Amino acid sequence: MEINQDVLLMIIGASIVTLIPRIVPLMLLSRIQIPEWGMRWLNFVPIAVMSALVGQELFISDGKLSFDPEMLAALPALATAFWTRSLLGTVIVGILSMMVLRYLF
Amino acid sequence: MGEKIWEGTKESEWTEDSFLQGVKSCIPTLLGYLSIGLAAGVVEKTAGLTIPEILLMSVLIYAGSAQFIAAGMLAAASSPAAIVFTIFFVNLRHLLLSAALSPYFRHLTPVKNMLIGMLLTDETFGVAIQQAARKKQLSEKWMQGLNITAYINWIAANAAGAYFGKWIADPEQYGLDFALPAMFIGLLVLQLLSRGKAAADLAVALCSIGLVIGLSYVTSGSFSVILATVIASTLGMAVKKWK
Repeated sequence: MEINQDVLLMIIGASIVTLIPRIVPLMLLSRIQIPEWGMRWLNFVPIAVMSALVGQELFISDGKLSFDPEMLAALPALATAFWTRSLLGTVIVGILSMMVLRYLF
Repeated sequence: MGEKIWEGTKESEWTEDSFLQGVKSCIPTLLGYLSIGLAAGVVEKTAGLTIPEILLMSVLIYAGSAQFIAAGMLAAASSPAAIVFTIFFVNLRHLLLSAALSPYFRHLTPVKNMLIGMLLTDETFGVAIQQAARKKQLSEKWMQGLNITAYINWIAANAAGAYFGKWIADPEQYGLDFALPAMFIGLLVLQLLSRGKAAADLAVALCSIGLVIGLSYVTSGSFSVILATVIASTLGMAVKKWK
Protein backbone atom coordinates (compact mmCIF):
# COMPACT_ATOMS: atom_id res chain seq x y z
CA MET A 1 0.00 0.00 0.00
CA GLU A 2 1.50 3.30 -1.04
CA ILE A 3 0.87 5.67 1.84
CA ASN A 4 3.31 8.48 2.37
CA GLN A 5 4.26 9.06 6.00
CA ASP A 6 3.58 12.81 5.98
CA VAL A 7 0.21 12.22 4.36
CA LEU A 8 -0.62 9.59 6.97
CA LEU A 9 0.28 12.01 9.77
CA MET A 10 -1.88 14.68 8.17
CA ILE A 11 -4.83 12.28 7.80
CA ILE A 12 -4.61 11.13 11.42
CA GLY A 13 -4.31 14.72 12.68
CA ALA A 14 -7.18 15.89 10.48
CA SER A 15 -9.39 13.01 11.58
CA ILE A 16 -8.86 13.95 15.24
CA VAL A 17 -9.62 17.66 14.74
CA THR A 18 -12.74 16.89 12.69
CA LEU A 19 -13.92 14.28 15.22
CA ILE A 20 -13.77 16.43 18.36
CA PRO A 21 -16.22 19.20 17.32
CA ARG A 22 -18.63 16.52 16.11
CA ILE A 23 -18.80 14.47 19.30
CA VAL A 24 -18.06 16.74 22.28
CA PRO A 25 -21.30 18.81 22.31
CA LEU A 26 -23.45 15.71 21.75
CA MET A 27 -21.71 13.85 24.58
CA LEU A 28 -21.71 16.74 27.08
CA LEU A 29 -24.89 18.70 26.33
CA SER A 30 -27.06 15.60 26.32
CA ARG A 31 -25.93 15.03 29.93
CA ILE A 32 -26.67 18.46 31.37
CA GLN A 33 -29.86 20.49 31.60
CA ILE A 34 -29.58 23.34 29.07
CA PRO A 35 -31.22 26.58 30.31
CA GLU A 36 -34.28 27.91 28.50
CA TRP A 37 -32.39 30.70 26.71
CA GLY A 38 -29.80 28.15 25.56
CA MET A 39 -32.48 25.99 24.01
CA ARG A 40 -33.97 29.04 22.31
CA TRP A 41 -30.53 29.88 20.92
CA LEU A 42 -29.88 26.32 19.74
CA ASN A 43 -33.29 26.34 18.09
CA PHE A 44 -32.13 29.01 15.63
CA VAL A 45 -28.76 27.41 14.86
CA PRO A 46 -30.01 25.09 12.08
CA ILE A 47 -31.65 27.95 10.14
CA ALA A 48 -28.69 30.24 10.71
CA VAL A 49 -26.00 27.73 9.71
CA MET A 50 -27.81 26.56 6.55
CA SER A 51 -28.47 30.19 5.53
CA ALA A 52 -24.83 31.06 6.05
CA LEU A 53 -23.74 28.07 3.96
CA VAL A 54 -26.21 28.96 1.19
CA GLY A 55 -25.13 32.62 1.31
CA GLN A 56 -21.49 31.66 1.04
CA GLU A 57 -22.04 29.17 -1.80
CA LEU A 58 -24.19 31.53 -3.86
CA PHE A 59 -22.80 35.00 -3.32
CA ILE A 60 -19.14 34.68 -2.37
CA SER A 61 -16.24 33.71 -4.52
CA ASP A 62 -12.61 34.37 -3.54
CA GLY A 63 -13.76 36.24 -0.43
CA LYS A 64 -15.81 38.77 -2.40
CA LEU A 65 -19.41 39.31 -3.40
CA SER A 66 -19.72 38.03 -6.96
CA PHE A 67 -22.51 37.61 -9.45
CA ASP A 68 -22.31 34.21 -11.12
CA PRO A 69 -24.74 31.93 -12.97
CA GLU A 70 -25.07 30.16 -9.60
CA MET A 71 -27.42 32.87 -8.41
CA LEU A 72 -29.72 32.21 -11.36
CA ALA A 73 -29.62 28.43 -10.90
CA ALA A 74 -30.64 28.99 -7.30
CA LEU A 75 -34.04 30.37 -8.34
CA PRO A 76 -35.48 27.19 -9.92
CA ALA A 77 -33.94 25.20 -7.05
CA LEU A 78 -35.65 27.47 -4.51
CA ALA A 79 -38.98 27.22 -6.30
CA THR A 80 -38.71 23.42 -6.47
CA ALA A 81 -37.93 23.17 -2.76
CA PHE A 82 -40.82 25.47 -1.93
CA TRP A 83 -43.49 23.76 -4.00
CA THR A 84 -42.46 20.09 -3.97
CA ARG A 85 -40.75 19.93 -0.53
CA SER A 86 -38.47 17.36 -2.15
CA LEU A 87 -34.76 17.44 -1.39
CA LEU A 88 -33.87 15.14 -4.27
CA GLY A 89 -36.04 17.18 -6.67
CA THR A 90 -34.28 20.35 -5.55
CA VAL A 91 -30.83 18.87 -6.14
CA ILE A 92 -31.78 17.54 -9.60
CA VAL A 93 -33.43 20.79 -10.72
CA GLY A 94 -30.42 22.73 -9.41
CA ILE A 95 -27.92 20.57 -11.31
CA LEU A 96 -29.98 20.70 -14.54
CA SER A 97 -30.41 24.49 -14.27
CA MET A 98 -26.68 24.91 -13.80
CA MET A 99 -25.97 22.65 -16.77
CA VAL A 100 -28.29 24.69 -19.00
CA LEU A 101 -26.80 27.97 -17.76
CA ARG A 102 -23.24 26.76 -18.43
CA TYR A 103 -24.35 25.67 -21.91
CA LEU A 104 -25.93 29.07 -22.63
CA PHE A 105 -23.22 31.33 -21.19
CA MET B 1 -30.03 -6.91 16.45
CA GLY B 2 -32.89 -7.74 18.77
CA GLU B 3 -36.23 -6.05 18.63
CA LYS B 4 -36.83 -3.55 21.37
CA ILE B 5 -40.00 -2.97 23.28
CA TRP B 6 -40.53 0.75 23.35
CA GLU B 7 -43.56 2.37 24.89
CA GLY B 8 -45.41 -0.88 24.61
CA THR B 9 -45.11 -1.16 20.84
CA LYS B 10 -42.86 -3.50 18.94
CA GLU B 11 -40.50 -1.85 16.50
CA SER B 12 -40.93 -3.59 13.21
CA GLU B 13 -38.47 -3.09 10.35
CA TRP B 14 -40.34 -0.24 8.69
CA THR B 15 -41.62 1.90 11.55
CA GLU B 16 -40.75 5.56 11.49
CA ASP B 17 -37.90 5.07 13.94
CA SER B 18 -36.19 2.09 12.35
CA PHE B 19 -32.72 1.80 10.82
CA LEU B 20 -34.23 1.12 7.40
CA GLN B 21 -36.34 4.27 7.62
CA GLY B 22 -33.13 6.18 8.36
CA VAL B 23 -31.58 4.66 5.24
CA LYS B 24 -34.63 5.81 3.30
CA SER B 25 -34.42 9.32 4.72
CA CYS B 26 -30.86 9.53 3.42
CA ILE B 27 -31.79 8.81 -0.20
CA PRO B 28 -32.54 12.44 -1.19
CA THR B 29 -29.00 13.44 -0.18
CA LEU B 30 -27.26 10.63 -2.06
CA LEU B 31 -27.00 12.40 -5.41
CA GLY B 32 -25.55 15.49 -3.79
CA TYR B 33 -22.97 13.48 -1.84
CA LEU B 34 -22.17 11.43 -4.90
CA SER B 35 -21.32 14.40 -7.09
CA ILE B 36 -19.32 16.17 -4.37
CA GLY B 37 -17.59 12.92 -3.42
CA LEU B 38 -16.69 12.26 -7.07
CA ALA B 39 -15.34 15.78 -7.39
CA ALA B 40 -13.33 15.36 -4.17
CA GLY B 41 -11.89 12.07 -5.44
CA VAL B 42 -10.86 13.67 -8.72
CA VAL B 43 -9.24 16.63 -6.97
CA GLU B 44 -7.41 14.37 -4.50
CA LYS B 45 -6.06 12.20 -7.31
CA THR B 46 -4.95 15.24 -9.27
CA ALA B 47 -3.20 16.55 -6.15
CA GLY B 48 -1.01 13.43 -6.29
CA LEU B 49 -2.63 11.32 -3.59
CA THR B 50 -2.66 7.55 -4.08
CA ILE B 51 -5.86 5.48 -4.05
CA PRO B 52 -5.14 4.00 -0.55
CA GLU B 53 -4.49 7.51 0.76
CA ILE B 54 -7.75 8.78 -0.73
CA LEU B 55 -9.70 5.89 0.80
CA LEU B 56 -8.09 6.48 4.17
CA MET B 57 -9.02 10.15 3.97
CA SER B 58 -12.67 9.52 3.19
CA VAL B 59 -12.92 6.82 5.88
CA LEU B 60 -11.15 8.76 8.65
CA ILE B 61 -11.76 12.43 7.87
CA TYR B 62 -15.20 12.11 6.21
CA ALA B 63 -15.67 15.80 5.50
CA GLY B 64 -15.93 17.23 2.00
CA SER B 65 -14.60 20.70 2.76
CA ALA B 66 -11.70 19.29 4.79
CA GLN B 67 -10.73 16.85 2.04
CA PHE B 68 -10.79 19.53 -0.66
CA ILE B 69 -8.59 21.71 1.52
CA ALA B 70 -6.18 18.86 2.28
CA ALA B 71 -5.80 18.09 -1.43
CA GLY B 72 -5.29 21.73 -2.34
CA MET B 73 -2.74 22.34 0.41
CA LEU B 74 -0.87 19.10 -0.32
CA ALA B 75 -0.60 20.12 -3.96
CA ALA B 76 0.83 23.43 -2.73
CA ALA B 77 3.34 21.47 -0.57
CA SER B 78 2.00 22.72 2.79
CA SER B 79 3.16 21.03 6.00
CA PRO B 80 0.89 18.42 7.65
CA ALA B 81 0.59 20.70 10.71
CA ALA B 82 -0.64 23.66 8.63
CA ILE B 83 -3.21 21.45 6.89
CA VAL B 84 -4.49 20.00 10.17
CA PHE B 85 -4.76 23.48 11.67
CA THR B 86 -6.74 24.83 8.69
CA ILE B 87 -9.07 21.82 8.68
CA PHE B 88 -9.73 22.30 12.39
CA PHE B 89 -11.05 25.82 11.77
CA VAL B 90 -13.03 24.88 8.70
CA ASN B 91 -14.87 22.13 10.55
CA LEU B 92 -15.44 23.98 13.81
CA ARG B 93 -19.01 24.69 12.71
CA HIS B 94 -19.72 21.04 13.59
CA LEU B 95 -19.65 22.19 17.23
CA LEU B 96 -22.85 24.11 16.52
CA LEU B 97 -24.50 21.26 14.61
CA SER B 98 -23.63 18.76 17.31
CA ALA B 99 -24.93 21.11 20.02
CA ALA B 100 -28.19 21.73 18.15
CA LEU B 101 -28.82 17.98 17.84
CA SER B 102 -27.98 17.18 21.45
CA PRO B 103 -31.45 17.91 22.95
CA TYR B 104 -32.92 15.16 20.74
CA PHE B 105 -30.53 12.47 21.98
CA ARG B 106 -30.78 13.02 25.72
CA HIS B 107 -32.20 9.54 26.12
CA LEU B 108 -28.94 7.95 24.92
CA THR B 109 -25.69 7.17 26.76
CA PRO B 110 -22.59 9.32 26.09
CA VAL B 111 -21.04 6.45 24.10
CA LYS B 112 -24.07 6.20 21.84
CA ASN B 113 -24.04 9.98 21.44
CA MET B 114 -20.40 9.74 20.45
CA LEU B 115 -21.17 7.12 17.81
CA ILE B 116 -23.87 9.38 16.37
CA GLY B 117 -21.63 12.44 16.42
CA MET B 118 -18.74 10.66 14.69
CA LEU B 119 -20.65 10.54 11.42
CA LEU B 120 -22.31 13.95 11.64
CA THR B 121 -22.22 16.07 8.46
CA ASP B 122 -24.00 19.21 7.23
CA GLU B 123 -26.35 17.04 5.20
CA THR B 124 -27.21 14.38 7.78
CA PHE B 125 -27.69 17.22 10.26
CA GLY B 126 -30.10 18.92 7.85
CA VAL B 127 -32.16 15.76 7.43
CA ALA B 128 -32.12 14.96 11.16
CA ILE B 129 -33.11 18.41 12.37
CA GLN B 130 -35.98 18.43 9.92
CA GLN B 131 -37.15 15.09 11.29
CA ALA B 132 -36.76 16.54 14.78
CA ALA B 133 -39.12 19.43 13.98
CA ARG B 134 -42.01 17.02 14.51
CA LYS B 135 -40.63 15.22 17.58
CA LYS B 136 -39.25 15.52 21.08
CA GLN B 137 -36.50 13.00 20.48
CA LEU B 138 -34.84 11.18 17.61
CA SER B 139 -34.39 7.43 17.36
CA GLU B 140 -30.85 6.10 17.59
CA LYS B 141 -31.48 3.42 14.97
CA TRP B 142 -33.01 5.92 12.56
CA MET B 143 -30.01 8.24 12.97
CA GLN B 144 -27.53 5.41 12.48
CA GLY B 145 -29.37 4.34 9.31
CA LEU B 146 -29.11 7.89 7.99
CA ASN B 147 -25.46 8.31 9.04
CA ILE B 148 -24.14 4.98 7.83
CA THR B 149 -25.84 5.25 4.44
CA ALA B 150 -24.35 8.70 3.92
CA TYR B 151 -20.93 7.44 5.05
CA ILE B 152 -20.84 4.46 2.68
CA ASN B 153 -22.07 6.59 -0.21
CA TRP B 154 -19.33 9.13 0.50
CA ILE B 155 -16.53 6.55 0.56
CA ALA B 156 -17.83 4.94 -2.64
CA ALA B 157 -18.09 8.32 -4.38
CA ASN B 158 -14.54 9.25 -3.35
CA ALA B 159 -13.18 5.95 -4.56
CA ALA B 160 -15.05 6.28 -7.87
CA GLY B 161 -13.79 9.84 -8.31
CA ALA B 162 -10.22 8.77 -7.65
CA TYR B 163 -10.55 5.84 -10.02
CA PHE B 164 -12.47 7.37 -12.92
CA GLY B 165 -11.15 10.90 -12.42
CA LYS B 166 -9.13 10.94 -15.60
CA TRP B 167 -12.24 10.40 -17.73
CA ILE B 168 -14.31 13.14 -16.14
CA ALA B 169 -12.40 16.09 -17.49
CA ASP B 170 -14.86 18.79 -16.51
CA PRO B 171 -17.62 17.92 -13.99
CA GLU B 172 -18.69 21.58 -13.98
CA GLN B 173 -19.89 21.25 -17.56
CA TYR B 174 -22.70 19.06 -16.27
CA GLY B 175 -23.61 21.43 -13.46
CA LEU B 176 -22.47 18.88 -10.86
CA ASP B 177 -20.72 21.53 -8.80
CA PHE B 178 -24.16 22.96 -8.05
CA ALA B 179 -25.26 19.81 -6.20
CA LEU B 180 -23.90 21.15 -2.90
CA PRO B 181 -25.51 24.62 -2.99
CA ALA B 182 -28.76 23.06 -4.24
CA MET B 183 -28.76 20.62 -1.33
CA PHE B 184 -28.17 23.43 1.16
CA ILE B 185 -31.03 25.41 -0.45
CA GLY B 186 -33.33 22.39 -0.18
CA LEU B 187 -32.41 21.73 3.44
CA LEU B 188 -32.92 25.39 4.36
CA VAL B 189 -36.31 25.74 2.62
CA LEU B 190 -37.60 22.44 4.04
CA GLN B 191 -36.61 23.56 7.52
CA LEU B 192 -38.27 26.94 7.11
CA LEU B 193 -41.46 25.26 5.91
CA SER B 194 -41.54 22.57 8.59
CA ARG B 195 -41.04 24.83 11.62
CA GLY B 196 -44.07 27.05 11.16
CA LYS B 197 -42.66 30.18 12.76
CA ALA B 198 -41.98 31.94 9.54
CA ALA B 199 -41.33 35.53 10.64
CA ALA B 200 -38.55 34.91 13.17
CA ASP B 201 -36.96 32.17 11.05
CA LEU B 202 -36.97 34.24 7.90
CA ALA B 203 -35.42 37.19 9.74
CA VAL B 204 -32.66 34.94 11.14
CA ALA B 205 -32.06 33.42 7.68
CA LEU B 206 -31.75 36.79 5.94
CA CYS B 207 -29.55 38.13 8.74
CA SER B 208 -27.27 35.14 8.46
CA ILE B 209 -26.94 35.48 4.68
CA GLY B 210 -26.20 39.21 4.98
CA LEU B 211 -23.69 38.59 7.76
CA VAL B 212 -21.82 35.84 5.94
CA ILE B 213 -21.43 38.10 2.89
CA GLY B 214 -20.20 41.03 4.97
CA LEU B 215 -17.91 38.90 7.15
CA SER B 216 -16.32 37.23 4.12
CA TYR B 217 -14.56 40.55 3.47
CA VAL B 218 -12.91 40.62 6.88
CA THR B 219 -12.29 36.98 7.78
CA SER B 220 -11.89 33.52 6.22
CA GLY B 221 -14.82 31.72 4.62
CA SER B 222 -15.21 29.05 7.29
CA PHE B 223 -14.88 31.53 10.14
CA SER B 224 -17.46 33.83 8.59
CA VAL B 225 -19.95 30.92 8.51
CA ILE B 226 -19.39 30.28 12.22
CA LEU B 227 -19.62 33.97 13.18
CA ALA B 228 -22.72 34.56 11.04
CA THR B 229 -24.40 31.52 12.63
CA VAL B 230 -23.59 32.62 16.18
CA ILE B 231 -24.69 36.24 15.63
CA ALA B 232 -27.88 35.41 13.71
CA SER B 233 -28.94 32.75 16.28
CA THR B 234 -28.31 35.21 19.10
CA LEU B 235 -30.46 37.83 17.36
CA GLY B 236 -33.21 35.24 16.90
CA MET B 237 -33.00 34.29 20.57
CA ALA B 238 -33.14 37.93 21.71
CA VAL B 239 -36.08 38.85 19.46
CA LYS B 240 -38.01 35.79 20.63
CA LYS B 241 -37.55 36.83 24.24
CA TRP B 242 -38.84 40.38 23.87
CA LYS B 243 -41.98 39.28 22.12
